[in-house]
Amino acid sequence: MKIFYTDTLVIGGGLAGLRVAIATQQAGHKTTVLSLIPVKRSHSAAAQGGMQASLGNSVMSKGDNEDIHFEDTVKGSDWGCDQKVARMFAHVAPKAIRELTAWGVPWTRIRKGDKKVVINSEQTTITEDENVHGLIASRDFGGTKKWRTCYTADATGHSMLFAVANEAIKNNVTILEKKEAVKLIYKDDVCYGAVVKDLMDGKISAYLAKATVIATGGYGRIYEHTTNAVICEGTGAALALETGVAKLANMEAVQFHPTGLVPNGILMTEGCRGDGGVLRDVDGYRFMPDYEPEKKELASRDVVSRRMTEHIRKGKGVPSPYGDHLWLDISILGREHIEKNLRDMQDICMSFLGIDPADEGVWIPVRPMQHYSMGGIKVDETGQSPHLKGLFSCGEAACWDLHGFNRLGGNSVAETVVSGMIIGEYVSQHCFNTNIQFDTKLANDFMKAFDEEQDLILRNICDITIKQNDKSIYDIRDKMKKIMMDKVGIFRTGSELQSAYDELQELLKQSDGVYVRTNTKSANPGLIDTLRVKKMLKLSLCITKGALDRTESRGAHTREDYPKRDDLNWLKRTLTSWEEGSYEPTVSYEELDIMNMELPPGFRGYGKKGNIIEHPDSQKRLESIEKLKEQNPSFDRFTLQNNLMPYELPSKYQEKNQRVGIGYE
Amino acid sequence: MNNQTKTRVLKFHVFKYNPLDCNDTPKLKTYEIEETPGMTIFVALNFIRDRLDHTLQFDFVCRAGICGSCAMVINGTPTLACRTLTSSFPAGEITLLPLPIFELIGDLSINTAKWMNDMSKDVKSWIHTQEQTNIDNIEKPMEPDIADEVFELDRCIECGCCIAACGTKRMRPKFKGAVALNKIARYALDPRDERTLEDMYEIIGDDEGVFGCMSLLGCDDTCPKHLPLQTKIAYLRRKMVQLK
Repeated sequence: MKIFYTDTLVIGGGLAGLRVAIATQQAGHKTTVLSLIPVKRSHSAAAQGGMQASLGNSVMSKGDNEDIHFEDTVKGSDWGCDQKVARMFAHVAPKAIRELTAWGVPWTRIRKGDKKVVINSEQTTITEDENVHGLIASRDFGGTKKWRTCYTADATGHSMLFAVANEAIKNNVTILEKKEAVKLIYKDDVCYGAVVKDLMDGKISAYLAKATVIATGGYGRIYEHTTNAVICEGTGAALALETGVAKLANMEAVQFHPTGLVPNGILMTEGCRGDGGVLRDVDGYRFMPDYEPEKKELASRDVVSRRMTEHIRKGKGVPSPYGDHLWLDISILGREHIEKNLRDMQDICMSFLGIDPADEGVWIPVRPMQHYSMGGIKVDETGQSPHLKGLFSCGEAACWDLHGFNRLGGNSVAETVVSGMIIGEYVSQHCFNTNIQFDTKLANDFMKAFDEEQDLILRNICDITIKQNDKSIYDIRDKMKKIMMDKVGIFRTGSELQSAYDELQELLKQSDGVYVRTNTKSANPGLIDTLRVKKMLKLSLCITKGALDRTESRGAHTREDYPKRDDLNWLKRTLTSWEEGSYEPTVSYEELDIMNMELPPGFRGYGKKGNIIEHPDSQKRLESIEKLKEQNPSFDRFTLQNNLMPYELPSKYQEKNQRVGIGYE
Repeated sequence: MNNQTKTRVLKFHVFKYNPLDCNDTPKLKTYEIEETPGMTIFVALNFIRDRLDHTLQFDFVCRAGICGSCAMVINGTPTLACRTLTSSFPAGEITLLPLPIFELIGDLSINTAKWMNDMSKDVKSWIHTQEQTNIDNIEKPMEPDIADEVFELDRCIECGCCIAACGTKRMRPKFKGAVALNKIARYALDPRDERTLEDMYEIIGDDEGVFGCMSLLGCDDTCPKHLPLQTKIAYLRRKMVQLK
């Protein structure tokens, strides 16, 4: 049991973790990244459609800027997000794109002249100016006013991840792969690093650091049907939860993507609809315009997923051995477009289903599936846990709270690098300003405690080929996934959530006495999975409890028994923590103050109308904003914004962004 | 029961060996499972691990053919297991071996990461430039066709199939392989990279590089991303010859 020392310890080697690591390494702090898998295989690579940033290059993006990106993001979040974070994010996103350009991402570029596109299922021609030829192109995505999503065909995450990983290699960041952080080391509300298990030889070690950053992504694998990679089990967020000190936020905010491939759940990018693809039902009928006359297939994801489920419930789904589904039709975009811009989608359809979606009239079977975790480790605007000092988090693992109760397409892969840039600077500052005394006894105690936990699991050995399915962790895992899918899914009710909660608690208790096959501490996936499933069950309980107590519908959280968004009572963030030895989470809340919002709550512009229980402050705040505008007609947009809701950024990222034709306006 | 579709029983012969256990020896272990509609090797291996053998080691991440984790030798051919359908083997017998060349972690799990990281450092697989980019300003334009061509080569997922299928690699242990040559082709094409062909020659201009290739082209045959490896290796060789 060795002890290693580093300045910054980053747990998770996807885009967010690597970008933080580059920032701290460049600032002169010794940085170590731990990853379950080779970092270039991280789930970031699966981000297909693109990254939102208000460059405003294309003719369809003209007039775009930080203000509109901010507004789209807040509306998308159903006013659940931290508006200051949304501002920080919208401002830095164009810089992130331009940085990635310098690092080699081959963004798809604009061609001058006429271009045929499909808008609202009709062929249209748009014309690009000569002066934007060769600048970065963008496509349409759900819930956005402008074409803002920058892309490399439909392999955006892959290109970004390789560029960032190569940059990390170039900067000599220490990257350790096949390592799993299994416990945080902490004392008196300060985090000192983590206990780490080597997944190849099973050895335990401790990594002590001034700052520990969790960037381990989401927890989609808690659900039966998910677009997430198999490693997205939320164990990073659970590490923080199990301290009993750090808290998780808004765990009940779980996004379902409208178009997961049936049956295996592989994502069909939003770019399919952004580029003009449509949804059809069992009769081949395009149903979305009936529900959402304005945004149609391109309303936000929570709305489209609900409308699809509603339509299936009306008996309009296509029956299949894997349950009812709907059709995604991209054949109307034409073969040339598909083979250039939606190539991986075509490849996936051919490999997994044996169909070519570019053939006329060949449609792709899809259904909404778990896709994204808006909730995560509660952090402040600098990315630090307000409860456990020295612990930072960013990307999907965190609830920095950019996304509130629903995330817009193209904002997650953007969040990874943007939060990595911003939080990376704050982590560096923390490392400069913090003096720490490393306590090797503390590290040894935590390592021993973990080893005892392993011993406890390994006392129950049985040959599963003889004793089939008897108390196997895999049965418990599968039951959990099914409960989450059936009872904590797109539409939720109090009674189902309560029964899910009770059943999950029972499973957590059962997980204490499962059997594994062999008693070795290495080369034993059964042991690893037992440790992970216990963590996943705790997260499931946090999600279910948050959903049960939240008696309103907001963004992706939809209660059929409480269909309205209740700003009066529920404009607040759910915080969950976990006491050691307990079988249920402790819940508390953090209020969101309307009087400090730049954009007070209102109608999103899509979804059901008149569905809000208003808070009196919304009107009050709106009036005060109007008054400020009237009294100061000379304010430019930056001054106005600063008067409404001042926010801070690291000095490196404060400058204004330049755009074609308007400079830094 | 009116069951029209008869399910097959598949026989999997899986390489099993734990190099950390000094008493263990490499062997093939056979598992029999019932085929389900649309079954992939990903589905089958997970079923085996969940229900039949908790100790079986293999690697999957995205299970969508995007991340490159699950390359293995399936009935003799290196390919991605996640998107290989069991229905493509009419005989119903499937032999799974780990990719050769790479360090074995255990069973089907191999350490491609170590090899690929060394390769990335070896060919310095990043943009080399003296230019300082101001990220507040409008990006430099790039010819759209060039961007598309760079992207075409940027699609490599470093899965290792080209290395496992390479005849040259067996004869010349230090041969860099198609994955590395493709990186060079990618950066040579990228106008943002200031390295000249002479600089590239220093990296690949010998028989560990582009002149070592015997043109057996197992790489081109097995690349799951269908990268134009044959064309690019030939192109690089022609360019490198012209230099001297």
